[in-house]
This record gives sequence, structure tokens and C-alpha cells, in this order.
Amino acid sequence: MKATTRDVNGIEIIKLDGKITIGAGDQQLRDVIANAVANGKNKILLDLSGVTTIDSSGIGELVGSYTTATNRGGKLKLLHLPAKLNELLHVTQLITVFEVYENEDEAVKSF
Amino acid sequence: MERDGERIEITISSRFENIELVQVIAEHLCENAGMDEDGSHWIGMAVREAVANAIKHGNKLDIKKKVSAVFELNGHDLAITISDEGTGFDPTAVSDPLNPQNLMKTSGRGIFYMRTFMDQIRYSFQDGGGTSLIMTKNLAKGTGMATGKA
Repeated sequence: MKATTRDVNGIEIIKLDGKITIGAGDQQLRDVIANAVANGKNKILLDLSGVTTIDSSGIGELVGSYTTATNRGGKLKLLHLPAKLNELLHVTQLITVFEVYENEDEAVKSF
Repeated sequence: MERDGERIEITISSRFENIELVQVIAEHLCENAGMDEDGSHWIGMAVREAVANAIKHGNKLDIKKKVSAVFELNGHDLAITISDEGTGFDPTAVSDPLNPQNLMKTSGRGIFYMRTFMDQIRYSFQDGGGTSLIMTKNLAKGTGMATGKA
């Protein structure tokens, strides 16, 4: 998995590309989020458009990332959810937890 | 397309990077049997979760221990058996990830996804060690994602 970060109006936009699966990206995602939060960037927008594969470990890391940001008084929201990831969040009812956006400007303004 | 008597077996060492090998076999077998791309993907995902559990929880990441996968296709009926060398567990003790108190847990969704994407899953525990997970799916039912099965 590759993570690319940029700052837009104080919002940390992290674009993830590749796999978020057990042993290949799950730990990396945890580290990226921990690093952002440690640097005081706790308003995080995860752009998931480039995620090709995700499994239950990856879903777990998304939940863990949300909790990490929230526990630091921040927020973590999702942008450009691929269809299959959307389905995985729906069947586990996690879609009710995350705020999901299709438009980056709208997402940034929502923080 | 109905296929009778198709049987594929693969044995891997307990490394996470081998999971995809088994997943790809599952997806190709389903697509060759006429399953649509989405349906094949979800069955592949169930296989991915099963193999990951076998490596992590069954074989405890011991690369000397093996995971085997057997795919048997008869007509539209697909049976997948994933076996490890672990000591087993109590499937009834697995918590429901849809329970509000479990919703924010970072783990515990693998078996739920398997149940969701397959028609049926059951475990078999061998005396002296070894666990087999048998998952079945009727490919004629299409994607048939069974939502809400805990």
C-alpha cells in the first residue's frame, strides 16, 4: 500500500493506493494514522479511490484509525469509497459510523 | 456453464503473501463456471478470510505448518475446504460483529464475511489437531450476498 498525504485548509488528506489486507497494508495504515495524529493532524480525510483490495483486517484498521483520530479530539472521514468497500461497510453496519463523501471540497468544508 | 467433477487442491506454507494464490484460484474457478465477476469476487474474499484465519489463528504464523485448500465443483455446487494444523476453537464463542458493543472492534469480522458471502460454512475438528472449514455455495444463485447473517 502507498499513502500520499497533503494538507488542504488544515485537513490532512491521505490518499491510499493498493491493498489494505492482512500483512500487506494494515499495519502501514495504522502507522500513517498514528504518525499524522502524533503531528497534531487529527482532522483526517482518507481518500480510498485507489484501494484495490481490502479484507477484514483492513476494515478493522479503518475502524482503529477512526477511533485513534476521535480519541485525540479529531475526526476521520472517508472520500471516494470504491463500490466493494462500500458493500463491506454496509453489511457490517460500519457505514453508519463513517461520514462518507464523493466530493473533496464538500468533505473538506464538513470538518 | 456446469462443470462436473472439477477438483483443485493447493497446499501453502503459513505466510500471508500466499493468501492471494488461493483467492485467485477460487475466483478463476468461479468465473470459469459462469459466475459473474462480483459473485466470484465475494467467494474469493470468503476464501481469503478463511486462509488468513487458518494462518493466523490456526497455525499461529508457524511457516512450517501448512494450510490446504480443496475446491470441488459438481454442477453448480461449489465446496471449498480450508484446513490447518491448529488446535481448533469454539465457533459458538465468536462474537457477533453487528452487536452494537462490538461495532467498533478492530477484529472479529472474518467469519461474519464468510457467512455473508457463502451459502453455508461449518467447522470440523480432527482428533489430535487440525481444523477444517467447509464452505459451500450454489453458483447458480448469482452473487446472492446473504446480508445480516451473524
